[in-house]
Amino acid sequence: MAQVGTAAAAAPGGGPAVRAAGPLSDILDGQGVYSDTVVRYFALAAVVWGVVGMLVGVIIAAQLTWPQLNFGIPFLSYGRLRPLHTNAVIFAFGGCALMATSFHVVQRTCQTRLFAPGLAMFTFVGWQLVIVAAAITLPLGMTQGKEYAELEWPIDLLITVVWVSYAIVFFGTIGRRKVRHIYVANWFFGAFIIAVALLHVVNSAATPASLWKSYSAYAGVQDAMIQWWYGHNAVGFFLTAGFLGMMYYYIPKQAERPVYSYRLSIVHFWSLIFIYMWAGPHHLHYTALPDWAQSIGMVFSLVLLAPSWGGMINGIMTLSGAWHKLRDDPILKFLIVSLSFYGMSTFEGPMMSIKTVNALSHYTDWTIGHVHSGALGWVGFITMGSLYYLIPRMYGRTQMYSMKAIETHFWIATIGVVLYIAAMWIAGVMQGLMWRAVNPDGTLVYTFVESVKATFPYYVVRLAGGLLYFSGMLIMAWNVVMTVRAGKAVDAPIPAVKLAHA
Amino acid sequence: MESLYLLIPLSALLVLVILGVFGWAVHQGQFEDVDAEGERILTADSHLLDTGQGPPERAQQESDIRSSEGAVKWHK
Repeated sequence: MAQVGTAAAAAPGGGPAVRAAGPLSDILDGQGVYSDTVVRYFALAAVVWGVVGMLVGVIIAAQLTWPQLNFGIPFLSYGRLRPLHTNAVIFAFGGCALMATSFHVVQRTCQTRLFAPGLAMFTFVGWQLVIVAAAITLPLGMTQGKEYAELEWPIDLLITVVWVSYAIVFFGTIGRRKVRHIYVANWFFGAFIIAVALLHVVNSAATPASLWKSYSAYAGVQDAMIQWWYGHNAVGFFLTAGFLGMMYYYIPKQAERPVYSYRLSIVHFWSLIFIYMWAGPHHLHYTALPDWAQSIGMVFSLVLLAPSWGGMINGIMTLSGAWHKLRDDPILKFLIVSLSFYGMSTFEGPMMSIKTVNALSHYTDWTIGHVHSGALGWVGFITMGSLYYLIPRMYGRTQMYSMKAIETHFWIATIGVVLYIAAMWIAGVMQGLMWRAVNPDGTLVYTFVESVKATFPYYVVRLAGGLLYFSGMLIMAWNVVMTVRAGKAVDAPIPAVKLAHA
Repeated sequence: MESLYLLIPLSALLVLVILGVFGWAVHQGQFEDVDAEGERILTADSHLLDTGQGPPERAQQESDIRSSEGAVKWHK
């Protein structure tokens, strides 16, 4: 690996290296071309939904700052737009990005085209239908009232069908792989697909009362337990495992170095999926959930720190010996900084799951800050970095239209995230302290509304951070449009399978 | 806590399934010679990129410089 480092140092510029096309025989020996059309569609959809979802986020941040912006119009009210925001950024932006990258990675690492490309296209159309249905029903107030699982039962059924087709395409492609070894990124994508299917089916079980109204199959604290078993595992498998799949492919590709320790990546995968399932109860500290279940949730959450940090270190150390690339390559900046946010939020999360810490943090904006350090910092950045690698290559290019714009995007987004989470940390701790402050005679020092008033300046800062992050996304959208216009959609040929290198 | 009667057996079942898959992977030899597997993805594709579809001039120049110097060469 040391020789690789010197070769990298010799490469000028440090931008994504461009290699000349391989010998013709390589291409002729291949097995046709990869099915990249669906990858292209999903990648572009991710960018579009990213813009939409983040715009809604900015709107609701403004509404929290100035409630007059609800305008008294029901379908523009915070309570209806908030689930629209979360669904759009997680399932539309994140979901499309995961589907684009998983379909890209599984083909490249298995050196075969997609199994059932028609079904893959159905996955694309179906998923867009789900998103559009969400965008219509949520503002109309149709909801199951379950966080991150708000969509009503007809849409839930559609999600199930689409997800099964997604699974068939993905695992079918693994099944027809031309390389015996299943690359680690595919393990992460595969676990994400199976886990999300299971979580969705269990948590969305409901009795329909009418076309757009249903009641959960569970009630009271039972429902809460199921909901947060779903909710936290959605964080673990959708927002973590899936995006770790991206991490393990696009960081080595962009850095042009193999992952720091492939062994560690295997340990990372198996330990993460073995441990994850029981972290959910930490969302229900000091509720009607039995104390022992809360404690189990806390202990599992604390244990999770180990695999998470193992993975983070593995990803970042992939650059060891080639740190200079970080200086010149804005895509690597996105990818590596995403890992530092991954490390930050996987440290913060276990800390917040400790009951005594949670007594202060729960129900405050600290939680919102924590979520966004994961969502904007980790999920957002790893996605943007991966798409910046992927999109030009889907259009016969090696670089985005403007590398400068990527650099600008990176800095704007980073400042935005830092403003956002710092504001929410301060606001959250302040709220927690104000709510628990008690006079000597046992009465509360502050009324609730006083804590709301005290939060106002931090809401303004949060809005500013969100606006910056959103502007970065607009720059990305422009850059993508220019890249697509300058390039040409070409399906890359599948190279002939080579034996493993010595 | 009836919901735990669903969730705990489900988790136990899942752990067994995961163990099963892990066992399959070990027996199938998925974890043999893993370091080579990390390298493999770097050599697999990138054919036919950059062939006159109009990338930015800078990228084109860089690519010319690199292929002429042979600076980017990772594998024997």
